Amino acid sequence: MLELRDITAGYERRRPVVEGASLILRPGESLGLLGPSGCGKSTLARVAALLHRPDRGTVTVDGRTATGFRHRAPRSLRTAVGVVFQQPRLAADPRMRLRDLVAEPLRATGRRAEAAAAVAGLAERVGLGADLLDRRPHEVSDGQLQRACLARALVLRPRWLVCDEMTAMLDASTTAALVGVVEEYRADTGAGLLAVGHDPVLLRRWCDRTAHWKEITGPP
Amino acid sequence: MTDAAPALDVRGLSVRFRMPGGRYVAAVSDASFRLAPGSCLALVGESGCGKSVLASALLGLLPGNADTAGSAVLPDGLDLLGAGEAVLARTVRGRRIGLVPQSPAAHLTPVRTIRSHLEEAVRELAHPSASAAARGRRAAREAVRAAAERAAERAAFPASHLDRYPHELSGGLAQRAATALALIGDAPLLLADEPTTGLDRELVHRTVDELRAHTRDAGRALLMITHDLAAAHRIADTVAVMYAGRIVETSPADAFFGRPGPRHPYARGLLDALPERAFVPIPGAPPELGALPPGCAFAARCPDADARCRTELPAPASGVACHHA
Repeated sequence: MLELRDITAGYERRRPVVEGASLILRPGESLGLLGPSGCGKSTLARVAALLHRPDRGTVTVDGRTATGFRHRAPRSLRTAVGVVFQQPRLAADPRMRLRDLVAEPLRATGRRAEAAAAVAGLAERVGLGADLLDRRPHEVSDGQLQRACLARALVLRPRWLVCDEMTAMLDASTTAALVGVVEEYRADTGAGLLAVGHDPVLLRRWCDRTAHWKEITGPP
Repeated sequence: MTDAAPALDVRGLSVRFRMPGGRYVAAVSDASFRLAPGSCLALVGESGCGKSVLASALLGLLPGNADTAGSAVLPDGLDLLGAGEAVLARTVRGRRIGLVPQSPAAHLTPVRTIRSHLEEAVRELAHPSASAAARGRRAAREAVRAAAERAAERAAFPASHLDRYPHELSGGLAQRAATALALIGDAPLLLADEPTTGLDRELVHRTVDELRAHTRDAGRALLMITHDLAAAHRIADTVAVMYAGRIVETSPADAFFGRPGPRHPYARGLLDALPERAFVPIPGAPPELGALPPGCAFAARCPDADARCRTELPAPASGVACHHA
């Protein structure tokens, strides 16, 4: 289970962006969270991925309540959740070749030895050719870079995936391809998914159920 | 198309980038289209297909290693590709072609307020102060201020937010600020480069509807570059599909999105990838623009491709460049 309970979060004191948001994902379930831009859904996605410390409320991943966020989150919890962001350019170190970008989570967790095999397998899965893996972010398109970012999110084989507007920058064919990759991974591993977005047509097609932002946030 | 002079007539436009080692990247090859006053052409295709390079070529904003060929003619006969930087800077950009940029938040100067942006554009492009100047500098300043406020209102940018900086605006408001700037010069042609990327669906609809109001209803022409097929469907009269630097299909929007549907297999694949349709991606990946195959660039991904497709480049015929259409 991935549980967010009564989350209040923001970036300035007394000006919360998210107030009293709660949601529960059962193992293997996919939930599409819909809301207009600026409503705070990306902030909630960051909280769910343990990347932002909420002012109030708890995040529980598979029965363990997170005691720290960002670098203070215990590694075993942090690696249980994979994240893909909206803008691949802002989520990729411009100095790294895509090959190293995808392998970075392995390196950071001391599993460098597995990198070569894991990257080769994932690159094929997300549709990145060997020549693309040797390039840096400025040498590839948004779609190609987002494929690498998705591979990076999957490389530690997380039990949960958080996709924050993963396809908002992408064309229709790349969108369908990346959603296909996520669903294939979920079918293999039974991972759960929180997909945040603003496109009801896409999220209804993609996820088991969808919820609107208004339904998961408490009364003000 | 009517006999009236098109707002933009592009013929055989090609852009090549010279790369180190004598290599070339063919970003745009032999693109041709005409845009009538008051109409909207949506140029669609996946990222990296050359759409934005085409837009940059029209505004003379290509980097130094680009070679262009062909022509892009405005109604008064000016060829944008042959025009010098001085002509483009003084008479074209903002005056005859307004640009609604991709990611407006990045296009705006971060250290200046929206009012300051608008007033600068008004001073440079609209000269409301000419008559007021006679009445002194204060009157001139007030005329500029009022014109800037009118410009904001025209793009539905709230007056209460005029003194904010770009980072204090939501995506939708930044988009409106950029649209307001593009409209100040009252250019007969608007060029919108991915104006809806990253906006939510409701905002996409509103942005597109506003663009339509500023163009079709006002007699301006709009060239919209986008990968968002839903946005293109909402606004376009004509759809041009670009693949690997070439326009592979040009079709009336009704026929393209409705019946009989697209005729080029790539365009069909793109529509079928939509979540409201089959939601199936086109297999494979587009070719590198620096190493295009000799035949049809789509042949490697195409279900209908045969030997001829792999060796012989299909010429555009009645709006579609495919041996099997």
